[in-house]
Amino acid sequence: MTLDATDRAILNRMQDDLPLTAHPFASVAQELGITEDELLSRLVRMKEQRIITRFGPFFDAAAMGGAFCLCAMAVPGDEFETVLTKVNAHPEVAHNYERTHRLNMWFVLATETPEGIEAAADAIERETGIEVLRFPKLQEFFIGFRVAA
Amino acid sequence: MIDAKDREIIEALQGGLPLVPAPYAAVAETLGLDEDALLFRLAELKSRGVIRRIAAAPNHYKLGMTANGMTVWDVEDSQIAELGTRIGALPFVTHCYERPRALPDWPYNLFAMVHGSDRDEVEEKRAEITAILGETCRAKDILYSTRILKKTGLRLKTKG
Repeated sequence: MTLDATDRAILNRMQDDLPLTAHPFASVAQELGITEDELLSRLVRMKEQRIITRFGPFFDAAAMGGAFCLCAMAVPGDEFETVLTKVNAHPEVAHNYERTHRLNMWFVLATETPEGIEAAADAIERETGIEVLRFPKLQEFFIGFRVAA
Repeated sequence: MIDAKDREIIEALQGGLPLVPAPYAAVAETLGLDEDALLFRLAELKSRGVIRRIAAAPNHYKLGMTANGMTVWDVEDSQIAELGTRIGALPFVTHCYERPRALPDWPYNLFAMVHGSDRDEVEEKRAEITAILGETCRAKDILYSTRILKKTGLRLKTKG
């Protein structure tokens, strides 16, 4: 899998907001100096290759009256896969990462209500017998998120 | 808050937007709406902040950004707003938050995510943060991610 200059330009542009119009890809293609067909076929390929994991609206659960919470667990190595299966089975678990620390499993809960966070974290504790530390954000200092391709 | 129609729209879009020339027309058809009505609703959801943006989520690993360090810091609560604003403004910091400590295990209250092509690059960037925080930082650590275990984004529970 290799990315050429056009793929990289597309990835950089597509991390910014897409216009909310009937033919959004046509206007982005025009900005990039390529055809709409070429833009779409490259996007389809990059999605198939999992270079793009998702394309679409980014929802803010908090603005819908819901909540996000970063959580962490210290999972013993020999139980890791078993615990992982139980944790990931919860639809409220939006992202989950293994990290280098005694607290080695870090996931984000996204729920429609603030109470949903506690309910999901408590359920995970009950099912796994491992404490779920909760780190809700108190303050956000930056919301941009782009990677230079 | 969102109404029943917004919820239907969000459910239809949480898996992503189709990669076709007229994606909203395609989604509108599955919802039994017309395209203009859907675009109007989406514009409203965006103005209320329910939709932050419509964009691609890249896979950092496949882009060669294989090192991802969650840097964590214990700084004075009274100084966190000023310091967090400075750290969050650094070009290599992609997320920066104040979060509660979980004592005694976890003394850190400032989290800053740093990406790089390898761990050396991440360590160089981390050293810049260390220099900015100076004496106000009482403890620090870095947690590298070694595996993506799940990445789906928000899923609404289907209400019966």
